[in-house]
Amino acid sequence: MTEAPSSTRHTVPGSVTQVAIVTKYTFLDYFRSRRFYILLLITLLIGALLTALVGYYRPEAFVTAVLGFYSGWWGTSTNFVVVLSGIFFGGDAISGEFQNKTGYYSVPNPIRRSSIYVGKWLAAFIASSVILLVFTAITVANGTFYFGPNVPYQFAESLAFAWFYLVAVLGFTFFFSSLFKSTSYSILVTAILFLFAFTLIQTLVAGLVKVEPWFILTYGSDIIGNVLQATYPPHVSTNTGFGPPGTRGLTTYNVTIPTGLAIIAVYFVVTAVLGLLLFERKEFN
Amino acid sequence: MVADIRGVPHSERSKRIEDSIAEVRMTEWIDKRVGKFSKGMKQRVVIASALLSDPDILLLDEPTNGLDPRGMNEVREIVKSLKSKDRLIFMSSHLLSEVSDLCDDVAIIDHGKLLAYDTLQNVTAKFSGGENVIEVGLIKPIDEGTLTKSVSKVPGILSAERADSKGLRLKFAGGPESQERILAELVKLGIGVVSFRPASSQLEDVYLNLIKETL
Repeated sequence: MTEAPSSTRHTVPGSVTQVAIVTKYTFLDYFRSRRFYILLLITLLIGALLTALVGYYRPEAFVTAVLGFYSGWWGTSTNFVVVLSGIFFGGDAISGEFQNKTGYYSVPNPIRRSSIYVGKWLAAFIASSVILLVFTAITVANGTFYFGPNVPYQFAESLAFAWFYLVAVLGFTFFFSSLFKSTSYSILVTAILFLFAFTLIQTLVAGLVKVEPWFILTYGSDIIGNVLQATYPPHVSTNTGFGPPGTRGLTTYNVTIPTGLAIIAVYFVVTAVLGLLLFERKEFN
Repeated sequence: MVADIRGVPHSERSKRIEDSIAEVRMTEWIDKRVGKFSKGMKQRVVIASALLSDPDILLLDEPTNGLDPRGMNEVREIVKSLKSKDRLIFMSSHLLSEVSDLCDDVAIIDHGKLLAYDTLQNVTAKFSGGENVIEVGLIKPIDEGTLTKSVSKVPGILSAERADSKGLRLKFAGGPESQERILAELVKLGIGVVSFRPASSQLEDVYLNLIKETL
């Protein structure tokens, strides 16, 4: 249901303003929701657990070199935080409009669906960024405790990559959210893909088929951890196997920074466009 | 959010929200969560959101679709009250009894082709061979003699039959003037007329006749 605009009364804001309006209210919605605080709690728990473990056991890899600390701490946990944020805030962002029928209140208004989509995406990005910022603060606070306030520039690079990865993860989760009308399906599929399937395919493709998994998003995201290593790992390395001499070893591919950035960018562009097209064409019934 | 999207100025917002909610008779629920509302109430909230910018024209796409009878009734009553406030309402519906009940003008579209567009009365008159049907409600049953010798003989009535024990179905030719005359005559007969309205199934008959040609 909608009505023709009445030029003598109110002027409907432009699409950009409407995007900002949707972003503002969706973010407020996230901010008032339980999921935001649950994810914040999970992030704080991860931070607290790492703080306690490193503080108690003082692992050599963490406390001897500043890059080692950031690599061990940030490089191993950030991807998980980013993926969780994507699932929490993007998993049902669009499918919820269909399942919970909230779309009946937003779509009939004089607003383009693309404005709703982009507004929701931006809100999810801001909410996820808050979570990532909290994790960054915990990391830097611990790093400062062990090595003083000199944060290596590689950490800034890694942080930028993590934010860029967040962009792609949200693009991807929004795509699946547009694909399904059920929130459970969209959340479950994205969670399975990011937490299990991508990693499994990446390992199988690289290790057994010996093909660089350039088509897997999580492979591209490896630049977040790799950039924190003292020497950037070689593009291809083969470990000797555990079997008798002559046995072929396991091939490991390390994504280069340009390739990683390209994978992340392509994933974002393709999934964002497809997700938007799906949402534009999907009927509420 | 809806007020912002529709460009309702901040200074007018509270008043417009209260007015719109009042128009759909939801004032007592204004601070309740929408998620707990019935389907009919939710539909009323959607209509209220459309009223926020005080539009001259409203487009209602099957407003009672998916609602239970109570919800349908709620929404119909709202639409009737909106009509009375100098608004042009376009409404699409497959429920032709609902269209007869709510609309002044009707357009019949089949497979994207406009088959008829006129006032409800003209459409039913034009496409039913000049015959109109009126349903008359009576306070008590009438006997066969009164029906055949008095009611059927009223000028303008082409045929009269029982719809049920306290109801008649009258076919007549002509427009509103004929209706007025017939009503006056029936009242004069003293048969206890309590209601007098165009038959709700008449538009359905017209529709079926029209689409027969397109099948």
